[in-house]
Amino acid sequence: MWTWFYKLASPPYVYGVAAALMPWFLGLAVLTIGYGLIAGLGFAPPDYQQGDAFRIIYVHVPSAWMSEFIYTTMALAGGIALIWRIKVGHAVAAASAPIGASLTLLALVTGSMWGKPMWGTYWAWDPRLTSELILLFLYVGVMSLRSAFEDPARGDRAAALLAVVGAVNVPIIHYSVVWWNSLHQGATVAKLGKPSIAGSMLWPLLSMFVGFMLFYGAVLCLRLQGEVLNRERQSAWVREAIKS
Amino acid sequence: MTVGAWEAFWLIVRREMRLSFRRPEQLLQPLVFFLIVTTLFPLGLSLQLSLLRDIAPGVLWVAALLSALLSLDFLFKSDADDGTLEQLALSGHGLTVIVAAKTLAHWLVTGLALVLVSPIVGTALGIPVDAFATMLVSLALGTLTLSWLGAIGAGLTIGLRRGNVLLSLIVLPLAMPLLIFGAGATDRAVSGTNAAGALYLLAALCVFTCTLAPFAAAAALRITLE
Amino acid sequence: MSGGSFWYMGGYARYVWPCVGFACVVLAWNLWSARRHLAAAKVRAARALAMAASEAR
Repeated sequence: MWTWFYKLASPPYVYGVAAALMPWFLGLAVLTIGYGLIAGLGFAPPDYQQGDAFRIIYVHVPSAWMSEFIYTTMALAGGIALIWRIKVGHAVAAASAPIGASLTLLALVTGSMWGKPMWGTYWAWDPRLTSELILLFLYVGVMSLRSAFEDPARGDRAAALLAVVGAVNVPIIHYSVVWWNSLHQGATVAKLGKPSIAGSMLWPLLSMFVGFMLFYGAVLCLRLQGEVLNRERQSAWVREAIKS
Repeated sequence: MTVGAWEAFWLIVRREMRLSFRRPEQLLQPLVFFLIVTTLFPLGLSLQLSLLRDIAPGVLWVAALLSALLSLDFLFKSDADDGTLEQLALSGHGLTVIVAAKTLAHWLVTGLALVLVSPIVGTALGIPVDAFATMLVSLALGTLTLSWLGAIGAGLTIGLRRGNVLLSLIVLPLAMPLLIFGAGATDRAVSGTNAAGALYLLAALCVFTCTLAPFAAAAALRITLE
Repeated sequence: MSGGSFWYMGGYARYVWPCVGFACVVLAWNLWSARRHLAAAKVRAARALAMAASEAR
C-alpha cells in the first residue's frame, strides 16, 4: 500500500492518473449535477416558509461546502509539500486555488441572491456570508503571493505557508464572526441554515454535493496536469506525455 | 563565549530598540498616520461627538490596524537590505528566537506607542473615560497580536515588488477576528455593558498567536532567505 | 410542477434563475480555464524541450 503513496509523489504517475481519471470524474459530475438540478428545481416540493426561493440551496450550499473543503485540501497539500518536500503537493495546491476561489464567489453571490427574498436585502453581515467573504480574501492572498515570486519554487513554498496559517485561522474567523453576529442579531436569525428537509428535497441536495465534489475532481485533474507540467518542464517523461 | 538563547533574545530586543530610536521617523510616521486616519472619520462623517461615540471603537481599531500595517515595513526590511538578517539567521541561535525578539521590540516601539496615544484619540472620538481601561487593554493585546501576524506576512513578502500591498492583502483577513473582538470589547465598554468576555477572547487569541506565530514567521523567513 | 410554474418559481424566478445561471457560468469557466491552462502548459513544455534539444547539439 505504501508503494501507492510513494507513487503519488511521482509527477509522471500523478500526471497519468489525472489524465485517465478526468473524463470519469467529469461524466459522473454531469450526471449527478444534472439530476440534482432537475430534481431539485423541478420536482422537490416548495418549502412551506420560503416557497420556491429555497431552491437556491441546491447551488449555494454545495458551493459553500466545496469552498471550505478545497481550502482545506489546498492547505493540506501545501503543508505536506512543505514538510516532506513533495513538489506534487504544491501542484495540487496551485491547481486547487482558482477552483476554490471561484466556488467561494459562487457561494457569496448565490447567498446574496437568497438573502434578498429572505431578509429583504442583497447583503447582510450574516456569519456565513461574512466568513465566506473572508475566505475569498484568504484565497486571493494565497494566489497573489504565489504569483508575486519570480522563483516559482519559492512562490510555492510561501503560498503553502500562508495557506496553512490561513487554515489555522479559518475556525477562529468563523467562530469570531458567529460571536460578532450574535451580538447584532435580533429576530432575523439566519434561516439560511438548513430548512427542515424532506426526502424529496434531500436527495437532489446530496446529489449536488457529490456532483460538485466530482466536478472539483475533474477540474483538479485538468489543472493538476498543467501544474505538474509547469514544474517538470525539463524532465524526460514530459516529451512522451505531451504528445497526446 | 557562547550566548544562550535568552541572552540572545534580550540582546536583539535591546539592539532593535536602540536602532529604532536612532531613526525616530520610523516610530513617528505610523503614529502620525494613526492620528490622521482617526481624523478622517469625523471629517468625512461630520457627526456630533455623541454620535461619533457609537462608531468610535471601530474607527479606533481600523486606524490602529492600518497604521500597524504601515509600521510592519520596518520589521525586517532594513536588516534584509544590508544582509544583517542573513547573518542573524546563520548565527546559530535559531531563527525563531531572533524573530521573536525582533517582533517584540517592534511592538514595544510601535504598538505600545499606539496604545499610549489612544486616550487622546479616544477622547477626540467621544469615547467616555470609564471605557479607557478596556480600550487600553484591548489595544495592547490587539496590537501585540497584530505584530505577530504581521511578522508572518512581513517574512513572506520581504523584497517582493509591491510587497506592501501584498502584505496588507495577506495580513488583514487574518486580523479580522482581532478587529471583531477588540472593537467589540471597546464597544461594550463604551455602551456600558460588561466587556470581560470579549477581552478574554482577545487574550486567548493573543496567547494563541504569540505561541505559534514565531514558528510560522521563522519558517517564512527561511523560505525567503534560502 | 407544471411547465409554466417551473419557470415562475412561485414568484422568486428573478432570484433562483440568476443563481442557477451564475452557477453554470462558474462551472463552465472552471472547465474552460483549466483546459486553457493545460494547453498553455503543453506548449511551454514543448518549447522548453525544443530549446534543450537545440542546445544539446
